[in-house]
Amino acid sequence: MNRSQTDPFEGLPGHPMMWILVGSELLVFGGALIAFSAARIADPSGFQAAQDHLDRLAGLFNVMILVTSGLFAALAVEAMRRDAPDVARRHLAMAGLLGFVFLAAKGAEYARHIADGFTIDSGAFFTLYYLITGFHALHVVLGIVILAIVGRWPTVANIESGAVFWHMVDLVWLLVFPVLYLVR
Amino acid sequence: MKYETQAIAKWYWFAALALFAVQVLMGLIAGYVYVQPNFLSELLPFNILRMLHSNALIVWLLLGFFGAAYYIIPEEAEREIHSPAIAYFQLILLVVGTLGAVLTYMFNLFDGNPILGKQGREFLEQPLWVKLGIVVAALAFLYNITFTVLAGRKTAITNVLLLGLWGIAIFFLFGLYNPANLVLDKIYWWWVVHLWVEGVWELVMASVLAFIMLKLTGVDREVIEKWLYVIVATSLFTGVLGTGHHYYWIGAPGYWTWIGSIFSSLEVIPFFAMVVFTFMMVWKGKRNHPNKAALLWALGCSTLAFFGAGVWGFMHTLHPINYYTHGTQVTAAHGHLAFFGAYVSLNLAIMTYAFPSIFRINPYNQIANMVSFWMMSSAMAFMTFVLTFAGAVQTHLQRVMGMSFMEVQDQLALFYWMRFGAGVAVVVGALIFIYATIGPRKEATGLEGAALSPAE
Repeated sequence: MNRSQTDPFEGLPGHPMMWILVGSELLVFGGALIAFSAARIADPSGFQAAQDHLDRLAGLFNVMILVTSGLFAALAVEAMRRDAPDVARRHLAMAGLLGFVFLAAKGAEYARHIADGFTIDSGAFFTLYYLITGFHALHVVLGIVILAIVGRWPTVANIESGAVFWHMVDLVWLLVFPVLYLVR
Repeated sequence: MKYETQAIAKWYWFAALALFAVQVLMGLIAGYVYVQPNFLSELLPFNILRMLHSNALIVWLLLGFFGAAYYIIPEEAEREIHSPAIAYFQLILLVVGTLGAVLTYMFNLFDGNPILGKQGREFLEQPLWVKLGIVVAALAFLYNITFTVLAGRKTAITNVLLLGLWGIAIFFLFGLYNPANLVLDKIYWWWVVHLWVEGVWELVMASVLAFIMLKLTGVDREVIEKWLYVIVATSLFTGVLGTGHHYYWIGAPGYWTWIGSIFSSLEVIPFFAMVVFTFMMVWKGKRNHPNKAALLWALGCSTLAFFGAGVWGFMHTLHPINYYTHGTQVTAAHGHLAFFGAYVSLNLAIMTYAFPSIFRINPYNQIANMVSFWMMSSAMAFMTFVLTFAGAVQTHLQRVMGMSFMEVQDQLALFYWMRFGAGVAVVVGALIFIYATIGPRKEATGLEGAALSPAE
């Protein structure tokens, strides 16, 4: 049997199961953003008022952090393809470190919301805000773990798989940020 | 059949088919009670009929899974079952437990006794001694099959099957936890019910279908294993948090409405993947296996599971919709086609495939078996349609117009009569199936070699 007929993943970098995971994640976040938009249509003024409590600058800061960190993940792949595992590891470490910076900034945002009295039970806007950003933050944590694992066993396929996941995490934030923080 | 201990499956499936007959018969009577409410009301009240209909289903499906494991594992692991004695002990334990639960419930024996009496929780009403017996049986089973696999060849099919069967045992343990708080009770109750049928049972389903595809189509094992991993990954990814669609209105925190809606609406993906998988394998397959009835059941299984579990599940899984349809006949429509498509058809598929090889004869009564497939499948589809219409009417009259429950039930009588008619066809189809697979049969014709050629 011809392989390319049965294997739609041929030619994609990294492990095929990583792409299955990325596809599933995009469906979940896509579903969540559709749910958020539907809930806003049902209550535009409530969502408008709630959104004013978000810190757009903090969200934008985290966009920069994750995009920069994505650059380091890409550099790690490039280094590994040149067969320079030590350089690749340094880039992975930078990518992971920026992941921690993202989490710290996000944590500070949560702390301010909670201090202002906004919890997961404060209406549909905040329920979905906490669910979507919290679910995304969990993926940042998981992404850091994956980067550490592929850094421990650096092969081209492993680092590609790690970078695919990490790019998914920063791509999702690029979609979450405008829908939650900016759309009026 | 290459290994003697594969014949253990036969006894599990005899017990399973006996309970299958009981299950559809109870369903038929319960369907009649819907239109003639006083029928048998003294002898077999509706709550007991309903319990027997659903619990006999669960137990016979599990017996079928155990039989499938005993049939598949020797062939995949390439060795005999570790201990046939333990396997028969397990079956006896399960049969005694089942009879004990049925008798306790029917005659309300030892009412109020914490160990011997019924527990009064829907689907988990078995007395404590029965539940503990089930745990012992599960441990014996897991010990037996795990040691068989560990000592033999490890394949993706056995790995996934073991994962599914271990999951079934582990999640059953939450049935032993019975908190006084009703919200907590329901939250953990669903860990048994939901994480079985929309979680680990799907793993059993995928691995058994993969085994049947491997044998019937002759597609490379490598290709089948790739599909298997994709199906397993997507069913766990969507099914575990999909539990949230049962937490909408039971008193759990509000964010579950969103988690449940988002994840459970994706539960259709693994079922769709199983449809694509089975049909692709058949199209690409090189082998022309003589057991056409088994192929029919396997393709019917993935297709009807996709519609019953996937499409009919999605129909009312979003919480703004479920707010209106919750607990109406829409749920009954979904439940009937989902169980029939996914798990009844799966068991009947593996039985149709394996019985001829256990009896060492050609695939026999193929026509009768196929007739039973079309009878049961079309009758179940008809039943699902009429219950869906009933559910739509009920939702509107009861939830939108605000009519009272019993007033609405009178309006649904026509649908219930049609459901009863469909039920008659299902019972006849089930009896034909039992006759076709384990009824009287002709002597072997000497063509076993052709029919039972090794698959790999």
